[in-house]
Amino acid sequence: MLWYIGKRLLQLIPVFFGATFLIYFMVFALPGDPVAALYGDKQPSPQVIAEIRAQFNLDKPFIVQYLIYIGHLFQGNLGTTFSGIPVIDQLKQAFPITFRLSMLALLFEAVAGILVGLISGLRKGKIFDNSALVVSLLLISVPTFVVGFLLQFFLGIKWGLFAVTVSPEAPWGDLVLPAIVLATVSFAYIVRLTRASVSENMSADFVRTATAKGLPRRRVISVHILRNSLVPVVTYLGVDIGSLMVGAIVTEGIFNIQGVGGTVYKAIQLQQGPTVVSFVAVMVIIFMLANLLVDLLYALLDPRIRYAK
Amino acid sequence: MPSSTTPGQLSPDHYVADLEETPLKAVDAVDESEKPRSSARDAWDSMRTRPLFWISGVLIVLVIVIALFPGLFTHVSPQTNSLSNSNAGARSGHPLGFTFQGYDVFSRVIYGTRASLLVGILATVLVTVVGVVIGSLAGYYGGWLDAVVSRIGDIFFSIPTVLGAIVVMSTITDRNPLTVALILALFAWPQIARIMRGSVISATATDYVMASTALGVSRFRILLRHVVPNAIAPVIVVATVSLGTFIVAESTLSFLGIGLPGTTVSWGGDIDNARTTLRTAPLPLFWPAAALSITVLSFLMMGDVVRDALDPKARARR
Amino acid sequence: MTTTTDTQTQAANGVVKGAPLLEIKGLNIGFKTQSGYVEAVRGVDLTLGQGETLAIVGESGSGKSTTATSIIDLLPGTGKVTAGEIFFEGRDLVKLPKPEISDIRGRLIGYVPQDPMSNLNPVWSIGFQVEEAIRANRVASGKDVRKRAIQVLEEAGLPDAGTRLKQFPHQFSGGMRQRVLIGIGLSARPKLLIADEPTSALDVTVQRRILDHLGTLTRDYGTSVLFITHDLGLAAERAEKLVVMYKGRVVESGPSQEILANPQHPYTQRLVAAAPSLASRRIQSQIAPSAVHGDAVAEAGSDDARRLQAAHEREQIAKHEAPDFIKVENLTKVYKIRQGGFKSTELKAVDDVSFEIPRGTTMALVGESGSGKSTVAKLVLQLESITSGTVTVGGSSVGALTGKDLFNFRRRVQPVFQDPYGSLDPVYSVGNTIAEPLITHGVGDSASRQARVRELLEQVSLPISMINRYPNELSGGQRQRIAVARALALKPDVIVLDEAVSALDVLVQGQILNLLTDLQSELGLTYLFITHDLAVVRLVADKVAVMQKGRIVESASTDEVFSNPSKEYTRDLLEAIPGANFAFGK
Repeated sequence: MLWYIGKRLLQLIPVFFGATFLIYFMVFALPGDPVAALYGDKQPSPQVIAEIRAQFNLDKPFIVQYLIYIGHLFQGNLGTTFSGIPVIDQLKQAFPITFRLSMLALLFEAVAGILVGLISGLRKGKIFDNSALVVSLLLISVPTFVVGFLLQFFLGIKWGLFAVTVSPEAPWGDLVLPAIVLATVSFAYIVRLTRASVSENMSADFVRTATAKGLPRRRVISVHILRNSLVPVVTYLGVDIGSLMVGAIVTEGIFNIQGVGGTVYKAIQLQQGPTVVSFVAVMVIIFMLANLLVDLLYALLDPRIRYAK
Repeated sequence: MPSSTTPGQLSPDHYVADLEETPLKAVDAVDESEKPRSSARDAWDSMRTRPLFWISGVLIVLVIVIALFPGLFTHVSPQTNSLSNSNAGARSGHPLGFTFQGYDVFSRVIYGTRASLLVGILATVLVTVVGVVIGSLAGYYGGWLDAVVSRIGDIFFSIPTVLGAIVVMSTITDRNPLTVALILALFAWPQIARIMRGSVISATATDYVMASTALGVSRFRILLRHVVPNAIAPVIVVATVSLGTFIVAESTLSFLGIGLPGTTVSWGGDIDNARTTLRTAPLPLFWPAAALSITVLSFLMMGDVVRDALDPKARARR
Repeated sequence: MTTTTDTQTQAANGVVKGAPLLEIKGLNIGFKTQSGYVEAVRGVDLTLGQGETLAIVGESGSGKSTTATSIIDLLPGTGKVTAGEIFFEGRDLVKLPKPEISDIRGRLIGYVPQDPMSNLNPVWSIGFQVEEAIRANRVASGKDVRKRAIQVLEEAGLPDAGTRLKQFPHQFSGGMRQRVLIGIGLSARPKLLIADEPTSALDVTVQRRILDHLGTLTRDYGTSVLFITHDLGLAAERAEKLVVMYKGRVVESGPSQEILANPQHPYTQRLVAAAPSLASRRIQSQIAPSAVHGDAVAEAGSDDARRLQAAHEREQIAKHEAPDFIKVENLTKVYKIRQGGFKSTELKAVDDVSFEIPRGTTMALVGESGSGKSTVAKLVLQLESITSGTVTVGGSSVGALTGKDLFNFRRRVQPVFQDPYGSLDPVYSVGNTIAEPLITHGVGDSASRQARVRELLEQVSLPISMINRYPNELSGGQRQRIAVARALALKPDVIVLDEAVSALDVLVQGQILNLLTDLQSELGLTYLFITHDLAVVRLVADKVAVMQKGRIVESASTDEVFSNPSKEYTRDLLEAIPGANFAFGK
């Protein structure tokens, strides 16, 4: 197990530098004036331009720019936003909200997704299964922002069941509807994945042997079928954190939540490129760390990984 | 049931079935009555019996025709507006009413098809070509090539596609369907490459590849003639589904205002424009969203059908 | 049925040895498929007494496993018992509600499955999986469960069971896993044990030890055993009673000895004639074909005679030819195995192997899994590079060949591999598969290649209409014929047969072996025959080399090895051939 953790950590290092370099390269080293591009058609004053050039060291060679950026990153200096607040400070405020929102969404999608997928897989071809399949396909086809607007319109505006927007402190109750919106697409994917995995495991030899041992059906399902089906689902959750982040930008934008996603959303709308870049870079780093966690969870679930050298 | 022969020598519990009831067939005989069935034919036969295939197929063809010849479906220009029509309801010649800015919703939905589909197809073709080539070479030749390519893939993979696209799109000025597709493909290719690599590795480890090697077939020819054709199936499935997800990604970017520019008619952009009047007039948001979802749905359904057709195991399980 | 004494023992109360424990009557089992309803088992009757062992013998698709799994309601997929009764201790299991069946499973009827690699759950420890069976069947509770688990595993012959409880299936060898499965199956001391090909996936010596052990255990506990196998020799050796199934029906049943000595149904006669373990015995003892009854046997017997004749001819050939058409000297192959991090260890897969094969003869390389025999095949075929030593074929040293020379060498030495489902590219039609070598080597034009493909199909006794078929439509034996045709296309001198018949049903196996021998005398081919199955060797080989752990431990003429093995390992292998201990004849 230690071997495995060590190996994963080592693998993370080149990926970390590679990914940050890639983002930095795409933004600052491609042809054209990056500062002009970063602000779209709302060009700032020459003074701001000069500040930006200094902040990103645009007068120095590209590789130096990158190294300075990395150095700052390790010191916790993520640059400043358009209004002059250090990114790190704004992050400290915004991150907990987004974290709570994502956790809620993960909880929804995992619990509901696995449950529906399990029932579906166990009753393959029955009405429940067929409807679950159709609903999951529909949910995947409708983009998050559309789901957001629809639920906001019906549950919030028309029927008044939930708050239409989230207050700045983002109490848990306010976050329920956005979390459901954020969870929909992933929920559908988890249903499909769990269903496929369950139905494959149902015909696995070891499940037949478990039944032949005299285990009651409940135990065969929970201990053998479900447990084994969780392995691919957990792998998926790793990838899914990435789509949750994109979803957070859209969802927090729609519900006006002042989290990381909402900040990025506003920065995009106001064409504040540097803020977008700083925050997205942080999101990518969080994504990597979250994936490391998921990998460890994966190893806990599957002994073949745990004991592999 | 009577015993057939020589009961005298047999002990009482020695049972022999009647030969007429259990006729002997030739060992391993060839049934010449059946028609030859290639795996492609099998896949086709499996697909064409499914209603889902025809539903999604018809929808996809329809979407493509709309994208190619939008003029066939509406004579109203999507670019002319009159503020006097702002949020007006449906009327003759304008079945879906008008947007806040007074554009014809139906015409916008029809003309918006092209941009979405173009981005989806371009991005899919790009990731498939790049992913298949890179994945095949890495999986087949292995060694340092594989190591380098896999590490580079890991880096791109560590940046969620739309997140990466948001960063890049918010910093470039020239935004059109080609750049959107390019940038989506830039962050999405490792998925296909990984699948292809794994698939190629298992196809390379087969006895038929060894047999061809022993025949003296050159290594590259084996890759082209034996390995890739046998390894491509999972990629086809993922590519079909990708087409749908790229369309969603494009619309998300356009919705955020950093996808296609406002001058291009697109579903994502129209949804974004309609959101301001969501409370009073939700329909201008609903129609492009419906068109978008139905298009994506048809590709997802097609992906499902193709997967079941190409995977005999899934076929048997169904 | 004739065997019923009509003492149907509906009120089975006393434990009388030999009293019926399991009685199956008129069993029909059907599967729903896309093309309709398929009857997999029809009208099966069988009776198993207390403490008895009964074997169901049949080829793949005969319905033997289906019959066995239906007893404890474990039919796969859409399978359903459509008619008939299964009486166990007087209760009809077919009519029993699910919870009661579940109660019987494990506690009264144990089950040992076929493939040890896939029958243990990979994510749970061995201890967990044994303990859960013990708890479910209320054999023990609390702390005793653990003790009992250790006891069960030790009884099943797993050493250090106590420390192994924490380990996971992937850390166990196939043989060890099978012992765990046997332990689980017997953990509740069931009255009946269903053993579905429990050792088919294992090496013969391991198979023998495990079956011996299983035999002792069930005898000690007085457990009845329903044994499912494709191997007639094995069945006869391990069971008192035999049920022979063919295409879903019972064709013959009765005492093992009698059926083997006096098979009545033509299908059984065929099986007896083709069983390599028994047949080889017969050749060795020179029993005339007339000693067995039936046309099918006589036919097979004349085949044997023909093969013997061919073997004599080959002996003559060998005398005239130089003895070293293929010459392998001090062949060694070392693999570097990456271990965690940057370390790597060396594995000597082939260690100082030498042998010679005269032109036009067959040499068998025999060994268990991991003995290095397949690596030798790949080295001779130049599919792997030689670490040290030399392989010469017809005077040219194989290891030194490159480019054009290697390409030309490939014309002369061709392989046929084991897995008939993996050796043909599924996207190539049969015609294209056979034509591939011709195209690769630029032989003839398209028309003459077509003609050659037809000729080859004829040579391997397949109809010309096969040409447009695809591998997925063919049986294992037919695929293997195609693989042989492809190997023959370039008119090679040498064919390396790597477990070429191991995956086939016994009758098909016999057919392919006949084909190979006929082709050899017709075309003067030299065979390197790689196999784990000593029984088959007897039928085809002129010389035998036995490999163990990368080295050749014994090498001599086939007759010598069989009649007078000099090494203990060879004797173990010979002893382990199923049916070898069976006293054939009257």
